[in-house]
Amino acid sequence: MATLVLPRVRSRSALPGFGFSLAFTLFYLSAIVLIPLAALIIRPWELGWNGFWAEILAPRVLHALKLSFGAAAVAAAINSVFGLIVAWVLVRYRFPFKRVVDALVDLPFALPTAVAGIALSALYASNGWIGAPLEKAGIKIAYTPYGVVVALVFIGLPFVVRTLQPVLTDLSRDSEEAAATLGATRFQTFRRVILPTLAPTLLTGTAMAFARAVGEYGSVIFIAGNLPMVSEITPLLIIIKLQEYDYAGAAAVGVVMLAVSFVFLLALNALQAWVSSRR
Amino acid sequence: MSLVIEQIAKRFDRFPALKGVSMEAPEGCFLALLGPSGSGKTTLLRILGGLEFADVGHIQFAGLDWLSLPARERRAGFVFQQYALFRHMTVAKNIAFGLSIRPRKTRPTRAEIARRVEELLALVQLDGLGKRYPSQLSGGQRQRVALARALAIEPRMLLLDEPFGALDAKVRKDLRHWLRSLHERLGLTTVFVTHDQDEALELADMVAVMNQGRIEQIAAPSELRANPASDFVAEFLGQNAAPGVVPLRTAATRQKSPTDSRGYATY
Amino acid sequence: MTTTTAPKMKRVAMKTIPILRPRAPTDDHPLVKIALSAIAVVFIGLFLFMPLLTVFSEALAQGWRMAWDALSEPDAIEAIKLTLLVAAIAVPLNMVFGLAASWCIAKFDFRGKNLLITLIDIPFSVSPVVSGLVFVLIFGLQGWLGQWLRDNDMKIIFALPGIVLATVFVTFPFVARELIPLMIDQGKDEEEAAATLGAGGWSTFFRVTLPNIKWALLYGVLLCNARAMGEFGAVSVVSGHIRGLTNTMPLHVEVLYNDYQYVGAFAVASVLALLALVTLLVKSVLEWQFADEISATHRH
Repeated sequence: MATLVLPRVRSRSALPGFGFSLAFTLFYLSAIVLIPLAALIIRPWELGWNGFWAEILAPRVLHALKLSFGAAAVAAAINSVFGLIVAWVLVRYRFPFKRVVDALVDLPFALPTAVAGIALSALYASNGWIGAPLEKAGIKIAYTPYGVVVALVFIGLPFVVRTLQPVLTDLSRDSEEAAATLGATRFQTFRRVILPTLAPTLLTGTAMAFARAVGEYGSVIFIAGNLPMVSEITPLLIIIKLQEYDYAGAAAVGVVMLAVSFVFLLALNALQAWVSSRR
Repeated sequence: MSLVIEQIAKRFDRFPALKGVSMEAPEGCFLALLGPSGSGKTTLLRILGGLEFADVGHIQFAGLDWLSLPARERRAGFVFQQYALFRHMTVAKNIAFGLSIRPRKTRPTRAEIARRVEELLALVQLDGLGKRYPSQLSGGQRQRVALARALAIEPRMLLLDEPFGALDAKVRKDLRHWLRSLHERLGLTTVFVTHDQDEALELADMVAVMNQGRIEQIAAPSELRANPASDFVAEFLGQNAAPGVVPLRTAATRQKSPTDSRGYATY
Repeated sequence: MTTTTAPKMKRVAMKTIPILRPRAPTDDHPLVKIALSAIAVVFIGLFLFMPLLTVFSEALAQGWRMAWDALSEPDAIEAIKLTLLVAAIAVPLNMVFGLAASWCIAKFDFRGKNLLITLIDIPFSVSPVVSGLVFVLIFGLQGWLGQWLRDNDMKIIFALPGIVLATVFVTFPFVARELIPLMIDQGKDEEEAAATLGAGGWSTFFRVTLPNIKWALLYGVLLCNARAMGEFGAVSVVSGHIRGLTNTMPLHVEVLYNDYQYVGAFAVASVLALLALVTLLVKSVLEWQFADEISATHRH
């Protein structure tokens, strides 16, 4: 006796629980993530198209955006250089307390941002351990955009190091040995053989550090100074608008940040797909 | 109570894995599904085990409408290619699994289960290894644990998916002989998937040669050697064709091979 | 042929003193090694270690007594209780979600799987303040449901439910992200075997699947918890900063700091920092011991 089949969205499986787990997953995802995000995207439209752009392009908003993105970019760049060094040293060398250093790299992941914020603020203030000597040398960190950069370096470091480490570990020495037999110095080998291989991963890690830094609030708010048009970061601006009951304005700025995050997420995924297709 | 397969067809998206397969095998038969990759033999095996679902067709076994039963209820012992042992359980717990998950009413007592596990360990010649973990065993030992685990549920049929594929040559040969003698002892209907002609011809009572989702020929090994029904079968069995035999269907060229009176190989 | 001692000593020296050992072609020059290691250590020390040290030293700047007093103050105790309560709600919820999501993603094939995985990752890349903002937009006074909530005398924003929601949002992907790649890597062989042996759905899940993912689950729950207790930005937006009522520990830290009560602020911060250190410790132990059971795409 024949049994007919209708086209299915998925092939039948011998394991149970698909319907139930998928339904729950979708429900929870919608309730917690999708619907709230929809609220964010819809809200600015009550300003109308022109109102939206007027909101975004207001000087104070523009400045905050420039500060958030700019500082994040500088911090990400610093992290890409030093993060590479840290990852290299952790993977390739041996030295005392290496495991401690390794574990410490995850500190920004685990430490609450507010704790990091006040610690950095105290450290770089005029009477802080690092702030005092720097001030004598004429460099002021706390309450300036430099403070923002320092905080964002703290936040972003683990992203670069942790994305590089597995790749560095798996890097086969073959190509380095080949370069050596062909007469290259270690530096040449690094620049022309190792670095190109690491480049996509380094880029991914840096992009992740950047994305995280753009939206960072807690670690920055204490050290930043928060003067409008000088050292005011975008998330703070959102909060201020909320306190003024300017929901639509806050949402508009939020949408811009979200849009950038999305573009980054997509670019990141595309980059990762491209990298794994080359392997 | 033979195994009757009628017009089984299955596609994966656009790919037709099985294109209308039919056959019949007597109870207690050791049936080999032989063919190259992509021939559909594993798909057919998994359909028998309830791990895949046929699009069309009908299977009858042990007097039951086989396809209407979910895998859980078929009691078809399945031995996977990569063993699929529960890595976090000891050998003994692995073997006992099928018994320990039975509902209260039908579950044997702890002592009973332990006894059965001991019996099975002895049967597969792994006495004393009950407390080990799969990671501590060799490939051949793991395969025997997988077999013991499948036998623990007193299966109606035994299904083996290229069980010796991941093992080295010597272990394969030994396990082959051992599996055959086990079959002689237990008399369970067994379906065995392989791409290795030697294995199939040596072990099985009946061999179904498959190609691109169809059965090219199903017969006893001796018959296959003597009278391959198509060029494909002849070429696929190439190495095993009796020297000098040209595939013709005349009785006059039927090869003599060591068989018992029923025509089953007895290595 | 007479052998002199000089060449022999040289050979011994070359074998034992690291700097003199002949270098493999893929080894860096010893000076390079020292320089890079120094840079790495100084960088980590400066940017990571010193802030950590600051937290504890500032807390104890006026002695243990003062620090302890700050912690036993009623508002601080309420903040601690609130933090624990929020975590106790948010973490189990996200854990159940993580298990459900990874089960259907790893053990089944269906269209839209990759989209689902991407969607699950969204909260990870959203700014914390925006994470809080979205809930204000729905439940706040001028939000979608604002009027309705007011009429029915229910408070979400500036109350516990809002804080829980924001925390759940922010820690949403943590457990799922740990489990999904691992379960995909583990495949469904063992579950299929269990099915052929007669096991039903829950039986299979608890006896076969769960033991295989227990370390990754613990790892994910640990990270989820650390973030849930430490979340600042999102909670800051929805909480209203009502002392003794809607301040979690991180918010309390902020309140104290802005009030120039530095010892108090750092004392509470120390407790959070200790939590972070414990998290790091357990995380490291889990990674060293169970590396291949935690992540398929291997960590480090």
